[in-house]
Amino acid sequence: MNWDWSAVADFMPRFWDGVLITLQILVLGSLISFTLGLVWAIGFRAPTRFVRWPVNAVTEFIRTTPLLVQLFFLYFVLPEWGVQFSALTTGTIAIGLHYSTYTAQVYRAGIEAVPPGQWEAAKALSLPAHRTWFAVILPQAIRRITPALGNYVIAMLKDTPLLAAIGVLEMLQQSRLESASTFQYTEPLTVIGIAFILIAYPASLLVRTLERRLVR
Amino acid sequence: MTAGLWQNWVLPGIWITVQLLVYSAALAGVVAFAVGMARTHRSGLVRFLAGFYTEIFRGTSALILMFWLFFVLPPLLGWQLVPMWAAVLALGLSYGAYGAEIVRGALNSVAPAQREAGIALSLTPWQRMRLILLPQAVPEMIPPFCNLLIELLKGTALVSLLGVGDVSFAAYLVRLATQESAQVYTISLVIYFVLAFVLTRSMKVLERKTKRNVGIEPEPGVLGGMFAKRAEAKAAGSTVSGGVSK
Repeated sequence: MNWDWSAVADFMPRFWDGVLITLQILVLGSLISFTLGLVWAIGFRAPTRFVRWPVNAVTEFIRTTPLLVQLFFLYFVLPEWGVQFSALTTGTIAIGLHYSTYTAQVYRAGIEAVPPGQWEAAKALSLPAHRTWFAVILPQAIRRITPALGNYVIAMLKDTPLLAAIGVLEMLQQSRLESASTFQYTEPLTVIGIAFILIAYPASLLVRTLERRLVR
Repeated sequence: MTAGLWQNWVLPGIWITVQLLVYSAALAGVVAFAVGMARTHRSGLVRFLAGFYTEIFRGTSALILMFWLFFVLPPLLGWQLVPMWAAVLALGLSYGAYGAEIVRGALNSVAPAQREAGIALSLTPWQRMRLILLPQAVPEMIPPFCNLLIELLKGTALVSLLGVGDVSFAAYLVRLATQESAQVYTISLVIYFVLAFVLTRSMKVLERKTKRNVGIEPEPGVLGGMFAKRAEAKAAGSTVSGGVSK
């Protein structure tokens, strides 16, 4: 076992490329999961069961099956149906879709925690449905669930390496390419492992602070 | 998909996935209880070490840990892990760290008076843990552990990237053989869904059993539970309870 600092230095250009792609996936994936999760959560409360049941079934299915298989599904099956996306786009959509089923549960909990008096007040003021949601319920719900959403962003960060399986050039794939060209396995993998901890730990501290500030 | 592919790859794949799940869940359970209990230890050093472990293993990705154990550890130690065991080790260690947080949370949620009563009866710390804290904390742990087990089941799909022949690896091979993706990937998603469904059902049974052990009447099914809660809330609103705080 010998640790070679020059191998670390050689890896740096690729490493920063990987970090950028990882963060890009993370930001876009979060946006997809936040918006789609809200759509699911509103679907859970739809007045008719013909909406509620399919939404429940679909989110349950996506939530309990592995992201990796879903990635392969989207990557290999969509082209068969005539939809062509790049690996990066497919991966971002897959991760956003997968995590939207988690954020949907978070939104649901947040919405259920809004006191029923708020719904009744909105009804008494005869606010239209979209005003009830966007002016009364969601502002109160989202404040409470921000830390929980933050936790899922961190979880999503730790799932971005899966996208290497379909060849997205994020951190893990960059380290594999580096290893394939220099035969140095130790340094690139260790560097990205530490990089994940260095990103995830401060982020989790931030979420804990948010929790203290926002929830009470 | 031909019968041969089904028999040679998909069925053994299901068996490998189940094996992986059982082994890594066992390892994760041991790690979770050991580290989780260590986080409530008297000594600050033990608490710090346990906290350090959870932060490290929760901070990094299970897939990277798995690659690290498989590619970096051999030159470091001079021996090579079989892919299957590298996978079990990586999954067990990282999901164990998540489990440790569940154990710690459940232990902390036991009423402090229970622990004080244990001290008053001059039980040793280990007796307190075994006889007082754990029996009350375990029913609290089961629902989050059930979620974690589903996460672990999903995590086992990662091993296909090391070449272990689980369900996802079988799907990959079948895709190469038949040049068809939709069918085989749909089937493998359904397999994972069914496995997860079986797990959630059996954990529900386990939850009822452990709750009964400490004298908590388990809630009737989902719908019944809602009605019971509503009735309870009504009762609580109309009568003044005699200083019994929840």
